[in-house]
Amino acid sequence: MIRAALFAALLACLPGLAGAQTLRIGLREDPDILDPTLARTYVGRIVFAGLCDKLFDIDAGLKIVPMLATGYEWADPVTLVIHLRGDVSFQDGTKLDADAVKYSLMRHLTMQGSFRRSEINTIDHVDVVDPDTVRIVLKSPSSPFLSQLTDRAGMIVSPKAAEAAGKDFGLHPVCAGPFAFTERVANDHITAERFPGYWNAAAIHFDKVTWQTIVDPSVRVANLRAGALDLVESIVPSDVDQVKADKNLRIMTTDALGYQGITVNGANGPRANTPFGRDVRVRQAFELSLDRDAIIQVVYNGMFTPTVQAVPPLSPFYAPAIKPPARDVERAKALLKEAGVATPVKVEMLTANNGDIRQMGEVIQSMAAEAGFDVHLTNVEFASSLDQATRGDFELHLEAWSGRPDADGNLYTFLHTGGAANDGHYSNADVDSLLDQARAVSDVAQRRDLYTKMWTTLRRDLPIIYLYTPRVIEGMSAKLAGFTPVPDGLIRLTGVSLQK
Amino acid sequence: MRGGLASRLAQVIPTVILVSLLVFSLQQLMPGDPAAILAGEERGDPAVLAQIRTELYLDRSFPVQYLHWAGRALHGDLGYSWRTHQTVSSLIASKLPVTAQLALMAFAFALAIGVPAGVICAVKRDTAWDWLANGIGLAGLSTPNFWLGIMLILIVSVQLGWLPPSGYVPLAEDWRQSLATTVMPAFVLGNAIAAVLMRHTRSAMLTALDQDYVRTARAKGVGELAVILRHALRNALVPVITLAALELGTLLSGAVLTEQVFSIPGFGKLIVDAVFNRDYPVVQGVVLVTALLYVLLNLIADILYVLINPRLRVA
Repeated sequence: MIRAALFAALLACLPGLAGAQTLRIGLREDPDILDPTLARTYVGRIVFAGLCDKLFDIDAGLKIVPMLATGYEWADPVTLVIHLRGDVSFQDGTKLDADAVKYSLMRHLTMQGSFRRSEINTIDHVDVVDPDTVRIVLKSPSSPFLSQLTDRAGMIVSPKAAEAAGKDFGLHPVCAGPFAFTERVANDHITAERFPGYWNAAAIHFDKVTWQTIVDPSVRVANLRAGALDLVESIVPSDVDQVKADKNLRIMTTDALGYQGITVNGANGPRANTPFGRDVRVRQAFELSLDRDAIIQVVYNGMFTPTVQAVPPLSPFYAPAIKPPARDVERAKALLKEAGVATPVKVEMLTANNGDIRQMGEVIQSMAAEAGFDVHLTNVEFASSLDQATRGDFELHLEAWSGRPDADGNLYTFLHTGGAANDGHYSNADVDSLLDQARAVSDVAQRRDLYTKMWTTLRRDLPIIYLYTPRVIEGMSAKLAGFTPVPDGLIRLTGVSLQK
Repeated sequence: MRGGLASRLAQVIPTVILVSLLVFSLQQLMPGDPAAILAGEERGDPAVLAQIRTELYLDRSFPVQYLHWAGRALHGDLGYSWRTHQTVSSLIASKLPVTAQLALMAFAFALAIGVPAGVICAVKRDTAWDWLANGIGLAGLSTPNFWLGIMLILIVSVQLGWLPPSGYVPLAEDWRQSLATTVMPAFVLGNAIAAVLMRHTRSAMLTALDQDYVRTARAKGVGELAVILRHALRNALVPVITLAALELGTLLSGAVLTEQVFSIPGFGKLIVDAVFNRDYPVVQGVVLVTALLYVLLNLIADILYVLINPRLRVA
């Protein structure tokens, strides 16, 4: 009798157990505030991918695809009309309509401390045409604008919840994503539970998601190998072989959106007054002294792609004809002679004090020495290195950029005169004009031609010596199915499932 | 005695003020502009930087900034994290029990390993046992916490699958899981202290075993085990206990690295992340609370000494 009762109780529990699946994702650092308007960190975007849907998304080929929108059209070069799905609810049960979209865009634009403002400040005003249609009028034509709506600026928050919580909205975000926020333990984990009213609920196969912060890369991999995590968003290249050797795990990679480069201080303060700042031949000689393949082989297990461009090879704006030059020490020496500089040319290179970046600095140092450069490495903690770079307190800066889906996000602010991240104060009227023109046209082929033209000047001036395009390297349980790596490295949860 | 205690208590106030000033000044010396870090990719925009500085009082003079912060801290308001917008007091309240649990378990490990090993070394002086324990002790002292941590994760969790590799479950939620997640980090943390305790117990025991009262006890026919435990160890433990109390500092600083390796969301991880992100309110709050804890523990120790040792009461 007792046995029968126990068996019945066990059976009653089974469906719950079988359905209750949790996906555990390992993050490299703790995200900042979970408010799409105020958030800044990269890992925060990975969490948002589960919590907050966007108007548009990008796919594995960097194509813009609808998400909360069903489509869009440009009524004229400054008027974007977006059509919304009519069947979307926020996680608090309120309806997502054109008013809510206008509310979120205006919140991004006007909220104090907003980090989205600069991304979408080209908006002049937003009109609600009908409950399912929004019209965005821009101040001037901006082809990269649409791509901003594929990231945090395109996330729509519940107006009711945002009004009620004010600045504390990020402590309990309410959006229209597949999972609803439930708990956050700072420096440890964030948990979200399946939102039953999600518009694409059939594509969601987990009841719960946990994003666990594990800073140390080896410990992240150890957790994956021990089965304590199902997916790790970032595997360092040196750990890739270890993961590949484990038959229970697999690696998925794709080109990342960003780049690694060396920024030359050409005109930012007195430290620009060096042979590097004054003479392009010195920069060209420096570039020729480097073997990009060897750098990647030594530091990154050969996993990254050598490049001289700011956009990844799979970007529609990539110019395939512009390839990295082969290492040529003799030519480098000749260029230095031509420039009339005394060798060895002393130069200081600022690097962030991270293991791999420091190691790369050392490889560059020894390569450049063969051509007549005496590179002095200054390893500074990351935050301080950014500070120094902005102030112009550097000669060369080994710097990485995480990248944006649209080429403009990797170029304009770094190379345009007066650009916010133009640390070397590079200024060239032709480049400025081409960057401005590329912003004004929306045709992809036309924009690629403009950028390709710009590369001719940039390859001569070398304001930034691009080294390689990194790769997104994600490690996961072999039982995980339906996952597609996307160049932005975000973990999209639709269609992903764990096989029994 | 009351007078002494009152003056001891009076000393606490300037100490705390001095500590708070020091904590506040140290952040000013940290390289990197917090506004630029908070601005992230918008750091080149002076308007954004100015906005952040105004919002966070960073554009005021040092004394104004300090008074603003200290005034609010007096009311228990330590501000909020610039990074996550959670209040610093809630962060500290949630992390303190985690580190306390880890520290207590580490301490238990240290005592359970260090004291018996020290006694065995002393009793079996200059034998293979002594050399073995000394060797292990020396290895324990010289092994870096993070290395031992990663090795344990690889062997115990990845290869053998006995314990979870990292993470933390609160005691109240599931005590078994809680112990399972903290046993490895506690061992790593307690390991170095165990080695120190072992060395000190050994030398204290050697001195005690040479004393007249031990010889007398043996002459009276007391069993060897009773001589060691009841006569020698009891006396040898007095300096060892003082040393153990001092090692509390080592535990807290060791927790910084250990928590990082095992992803334990405690005090150490909180402060490391806060320093790297220039989350000043969190750094200030954590350092202030840690300093206050030290001051408080010292005060308690002083009172206990007076209570235990009657000779100090005269002063």
